[in-house]
Amino acid sequence: MYWEKDLEIMPREELVKLQRERLHKTILQAAKTPFYRKQFAKLHITPESIQTLEDLQNLPFTTKEDLRQGFPFKFLAVPLEEVVRLHSSSGTTGVPTVIYHSAEDLDRWTNQVARCLYMVGVRKTDVFQNMMSYGLFTGGLGMHYGAERLGALTIPIGAGNSKRQIWFLQFFKTTAAHILPSYALLLANLIKSEGLDPKKDLNLRIMLIGAEPHSEETRQRIEELYGAKAYNSYGLSEMNGPGVAFECPYQNGMHLWEDYYLLEIVNPQTGEPCASGEVGEIVLTTIYRDATPILRYRTRDLASFIDEPCPCGRTHRRISRIQGRSDDMFIVRGVNIFPIQVEKVLMGIPEVGTNYRIVLEREDYRDVMRVEVEIKSELFLGDLQKLERLRERIQSELRSEILVTPEVSLVEPGTLPTQEGKAQRVLDQRKF
Amino acid sequence: MAHQISVFAENKPGRIEKITRLLLQGGINIRAITISSANGFGVIKILVNHPHQAYELLRAQGIPTYLQEVIAVVMQDAPGSLHAVAQVLSENGVNIEDAYGFVIKSGEMAVLVIQVESQPRAQSILERNGFRLLSDEEIYHL
Repeated sequence: MYWEKDLEIMPREELVKLQRERLHKTILQAAKTPFYRKQFAKLHITPESIQTLEDLQNLPFTTKEDLRQGFPFKFLAVPLEEVVRLHSSSGTTGVPTVIYHSAEDLDRWTNQVARCLYMVGVRKTDVFQNMMSYGLFTGGLGMHYGAERLGALTIPIGAGNSKRQIWFLQFFKTTAAHILPSYALLLANLIKSEGLDPKKDLNLRIMLIGAEPHSEETRQRIEELYGAKAYNSYGLSEMNGPGVAFECPYQNGMHLWEDYYLLEIVNPQTGEPCASGEVGEIVLTTIYRDATPILRYRTRDLASFIDEPCPCGRTHRRISRIQGRSDDMFIVRGVNIFPIQVEKVLMGIPEVGTNYRIVLEREDYRDVMRVEVEIKSELFLGDLQKLERLRERIQSELRSEILVTPEVSLVEPGTLPTQEGKAQRVLDQRKF
Repeated sequence: MAHQISVFAENKPGRIEKITRLLLQGGINIRAITISSANGFGVIKILVNHPHQAYELLRAQGIPTYLQEVIAVVMQDAPGSLHAVAQVLSENGVNIEDAYGFVIKSGEMAVLVIQVESQPRAQSILERNGFRLLSDEEIYHL
């Protein structure tokens, strides 16, 4: 039941010792990057002075903004020729964040994902259908290589195209799938509409659900619909991607691999450590990656520690489900979106007024993003067709910015609700 | 030359109620109204007795309103009258972008309101062909 037994059930003292060794190497590695070299110099810190997690906590947090400022190479710790792949944030707003991987980094990440998959029971004999986007998004490729490492027959089908997904599920008798939880619910309906019962007519036994927050109820629903076990998966591209934390068969919190990361959970306002059970922001330090070491990265994801030992025997601490975000990012159909991206597009169009609102709803298990846009009175020329063209233009410009096609509705100026005079930008009415 | 006011409105209950209430409060009389809508919003076109006043009144309430020149053609309320107008315009290659009509006195007089691309040209074509066009003032006295 363990992929790497020694590491997975390693006694805490030994695990902490291993973390120290790896942290030390990471700090030396970080000192090679322009960003951390400058930071260490400014704080008069020598790499030797950072030995423990407590020492590390003397360093400031690293934020997504730091990564952006560091574009393109300020976080790179190896010669570029040692880099074999990069992953990058998908948005086109501003500067992307880029993570570089050496061959060894990728090998470790692949092993990390294989460990997760093995933990939940995926084996060489499984047929693994990877229904996540391939490309710059880490969800597709990350899980793909992990499944191959296990020896599973891996189908790189990617996201979308439900008819084809259903055909593959049937024809190859797929037993394990990596899928967005919202898509899993939607797909079940489509399967039924083809006259099939996802429970009886398919062979799915394991589903890996991640890339968007979801509730225990959603998981149970997916499990009932497909007659399969569904496991929560957590990752982010700055920390490789999928495989950062994963549920074990006990399905009670996700084990965060502490031989790959140092884990902190902090109060997002004060930055102070949270007590066990208290919800705070996950802060991670890579300790098993050479090309792009990142120290104390503020993930903006909110969760809490689960401190009790897990019956599965793994000693790596668990975190709760992701409870939300400490910034205003939201996720639509697996795509990360910041309101500022929407705002930039809207404010670049002269006919658009000053106020707008993003409404998120779930219809038939599908995320619907609607952008309500106030029109500017002065630029209304009495023409319905011009308005319709404006609506279409807003829609297509948003689509190319956020990679999701929103519904756009034009509304009268001054009609969008405000809270205490402050515009409410995002109204999320989805039930997770 | 006559004027109509065009009002942007979301396609939801209460919009026309609000606009007509404001016009009522301003003592404005509505001669004709037409609504066209697309994806969740529409444009309400209203012919009133005091278009400039109605325009200022709605604008002051923050409602996107546009004051637009239109041609108001007097017709007989009899078969073939509308066709006669359309024929003249067609022969002269004038494209009608929007139109609506209303009867003033049954069996006697009707008005056709049209919007075309080149308003002055269409106006002179119609006048040359003997049609009577109404000004705001004349609409007011109808």
